[in-house]
Amino acid sequence: MNAPIPPGSVIEVADAVAAGRERAAEVCRAALARIAQIDPDVRAFLHVSADHARARATQLDSAIEAGRGGGALAGVPIAIKDNLCTRFAPTTAASRALEGFVPPYDATVVERLESAGALLVGKTNLDEFAMGSSTENSAFFPTHHPLDRGRVPGGSSGGSAAAVAAGMVPAALGSDTGGSVRQPAAFCGCVGLKPTYGRISRYGLIAYGSSLDQVGVLAGNVRDAARVLEVIAGPDARDATCSTHRPEAYSAAMTEELVSRRMAGLRLGVPREYFGEGLSDSVRRAVEAAIDKARRGGARVVDVSLPRARHSVAAYYVIATAEASSNLSRYDGVHYGVRRGAEAGIEALVRESRGAGFGAEVQRRIMLGTFALSAGYYDAYYAKALRVRRLLRDDFSAALREADVLISPTTPTTAFRLGEKLSDPLSMYLADVYTIAVNLAGLPAISIPCGADEAGLPIGLQLIAPALGESLLLQAARAFEQMLASAG
Amino acid sequence: MSLTAEARCEAIIGLEIHVQLATRTKMFCGCALAYGAEPNSHVCPVCLGMPGSLPVINERAVELAIRAGLALNCRIAEETRWDRKSYHYPDLPKSYQISQYDLPIAFDGMVEFEVQEVHRRIRIRRAHLEEDAGKNTHDLPGRTLVDLNRAGAPLLEIVTEPDFRSAAEVREFAVQLQRIVRYLGVSEANMQKGQMRFEPNINLRIADGERVAVTPIVEVKNLNSFRALHDAIEFELADQLRRWREDGRTLRPGNKSNRGWDEERGVTVPQREKEEADDYRYFPDPDLTPLPIARERIERLREETPELPIPRTARFIAEYKLPPRDAPALVDDRASADLLDQAKDHGGEPSILGRHFLSFWLMHANARETTIAGLGVSAERMAGLARLQHEGAVNATAAAQIAEAMLTDDSPPDALAQRMGLMQTRDSGAIEAWVEQAIAANVQAVSDARENPKKLAAARGFLVGQVMKLSGGKADPRIVGELLDSRLRRPQ
Repeated sequence: MNAPIPPGSVIEVADAVAAGRERAAEVCRAALARIAQIDPDVRAFLHVSADHARARATQLDSAIEAGRGGGALAGVPIAIKDNLCTRFAPTTAASRALEGFVPPYDATVVERLESAGALLVGKTNLDEFAMGSSTENSAFFPTHHPLDRGRVPGGSSGGSAAAVAAGMVPAALGSDTGGSVRQPAAFCGCVGLKPTYGRISRYGLIAYGSSLDQVGVLAGNVRDAARVLEVIAGPDARDATCSTHRPEAYSAAMTEELVSRRMAGLRLGVPREYFGEGLSDSVRRAVEAAIDKARRGGARVVDVSLPRARHSVAAYYVIATAEASSNLSRYDGVHYGVRRGAEAGIEALVRESRGAGFGAEVQRRIMLGTFALSAGYYDAYYAKALRVRRLLRDDFSAALREADVLISPTTPTTAFRLGEKLSDPLSMYLADVYTIAVNLAGLPAISIPCGADEAGLPIGLQLIAPALGESLLLQAARAFEQMLASAG
Repeated sequence: MSLTAEARCEAIIGLEIHVQLATRTKMFCGCALAYGAEPNSHVCPVCLGMPGSLPVINERAVELAIRAGLALNCRIAEETRWDRKSYHYPDLPKSYQISQYDLPIAFDGMVEFEVQEVHRRIRIRRAHLEEDAGKNTHDLPGRTLVDLNRAGAPLLEIVTEPDFRSAAEVREFAVQLQRIVRYLGVSEANMQKGQMRFEPNINLRIADGERVAVTPIVEVKNLNSFRALHDAIEFELADQLRRWREDGRTLRPGNKSNRGWDEERGVTVPQREKEEADDYRYFPDPDLTPLPIARERIERLREETPELPIPRTARFIAEYKLPPRDAPALVDDRASADLLDQAKDHGGEPSILGRHFLSFWLMHANARETTIAGLGVSAERMAGLARLQHEGAVNATAAAQIAEAMLTDDSPPDALAQRMGLMQTRDSGAIEAWVEQAIAANVQAVSDARENPKKLAAARGFLVGQVMKLSGGKADPRIVGELLDSRLRRPQ
């Protein structure tokens, strides 16, 4: 078996196709061939939309031949997490509740990718309704770590991270509610960007925790992530929570000159709470080494504190599950999706459809959230969690006055074994301990590869910036990427 | 329970009213509001509650809600918020309704009106925005069909304090509320189309000497006419006394119940109660940001609030000398009422204008199935006609004939009167000749008038009539009267 030709980067492919040096149809064929060859082992895709991608590629090639531009993502094969609505393929959120459901509309991000010339090659696996950190909660099958089939790729955007890390596509979209883009990026060894809450429209993203959910980008490198972000970010009249601020020119912020100047004088905040108990030695060593290297490269390392961060997992599991209990109440078997028990009346229809449609983790979170919102408990749980959230925002504001960006490990450990944490939800929840607070604060953050542990498993480093500070975040991340790639 | 002869029952009634706002599109999406359209023909991913869809606030609905709130003398929230109210029902696609829980857009208002010549003041607790549900139909045996055209329609729910003491008061309030929301263009408030629905909360306070009992509150759901509202309350009040006598049950926390109105039998009937208590699990909708309402915006809308039907009716009765029961007919169409005020401003004599509007202008409007404003006659020309009559140039009958001509002829009213030969003769020479003629021809009447004080009035009236007849109706009756009187005073 020939090793598949690795995909070029997003920028290389787009620029070559737009300039007519390469044909989109050929790029598409190669991507589909890689998926056909690699995915049977990795199982990153729930659905491969080969015909749709080929048709788009053909259209794009004729448009370019006719001199009608190619777009910023011309001919770039991109995979889409299956909780983003697409008209061209079923959208299931990896749930039986939506098995076979084809939405009558595209998510805003899907429209924007396609207008920029991207070829959407398929829908990737996830934990059901994005609830999980290993992609084992998919109702259909688990996805495997591309480097070690016995391990998880992380989650919930495990399919997207694995597809990028395995070289099937140069970029993919995920969604990040508590770390669901950054954590699998760290596990799989690729870049995972979660922008500011409201930077990207959520229209067409199947809601889990609406006040936390944000579409994110998985890519092979920081500049590629910036290119994709530039295409999908920006105001959307269909999402009231989407920021009305115009996005900055993220690609333009990626010039070698701007990036090379970034590290000198960069105030790098190290939250001491993120280097405490529970952090594995190998991850600690790798991240501390990166901080040292940055210091040598001219960064000013400052010790900062996020005193309320230790409450973030608890607050998150109240807020996210409360919102989820409401967001998922629509899957009642009446209008679409799985339908059971209709002959026995409306109550049986709702009860049996939901019982059959939702997996164990989803049911657990719906019950948790329903409880947190119930009369008599609201103040003790939901209202209190919202107070923690406000305090946590204050903590980040204070830390980001002392530092330009914060640096931390993305995850406490590298990728764990399939099945290892399935029976212990609490230890699974702690896989997101460093990422969750960022969602509660609504800030932009990125995970970039930072070496590997003894077993060769990738380690992720997380950078956190102030709200709408994506340009700064991406420049800093790119500077780290270059620094870590260089010897010494 | 038995009562002594001194026992007094007092009704305690509060009212919730759902008013559908007169927007072009739904509360949170761009679907048109189309009553009576093919089922499920006006729906989209948002109002169908499709996965991933998101609501966006209809700004027009917010504006109409503020207008209504101001008209109900409410305070307007500086920041209002959206909450989710959760329950499963086939006509509720998201299994939650977007509503407003603890920060309604308007609150602390009141409405004053007269009912049976008694002044009443009803406090408004709150008015909040929410989306309507769809409609379940049970036309096929054993199946429920769902039509979601109405799902997401913008509603304003208005809640009063329990300040009503009788069904008649509630009905009068409801009538006045309908006039107000129509006046502001806030709602068509067409009850056949379900654009205005009532849910009264009813109980009784029974005082018998030292003993006071308060019956459990009953909410009667979904009443769609003033009559049903009135009759359901009347029935429920009488029946609560009967039930209390039978079982002695009094108000306790949690024993409020819902009943429906059986129009045919004229009775309220218990509705099936759920086994568990309602817990709607309200929480702020994370898909919608809190909505700040600028003071300046509120003040601008306050300035734009027109004179409302209740005070305007009172003013019209006084100013245009209208019979109280006819006045609403001139007030309730705002453009026509404005036209009347403008005609007055153009110099039309108010009481004559009032008579013109109530008699022929309204008649022509009704005959053409339009409003008075819809007749297309300008305020200036209406004022001109009233002036002609006031100055005595034409009489009331002639004015009516001229008005009819004005509908199709743009000439000034006095030109029309001339052309139609309806100008009254004020030439005293001509009138004198007719007077002489009448006196000569009616010797008996003349002598009655001169010699018999008891017959003076009748005889004089007869003679005036004869002069008018001789003039072909054109003589100015005032001049006729003057000339006739002086002639009768003269010796023969």
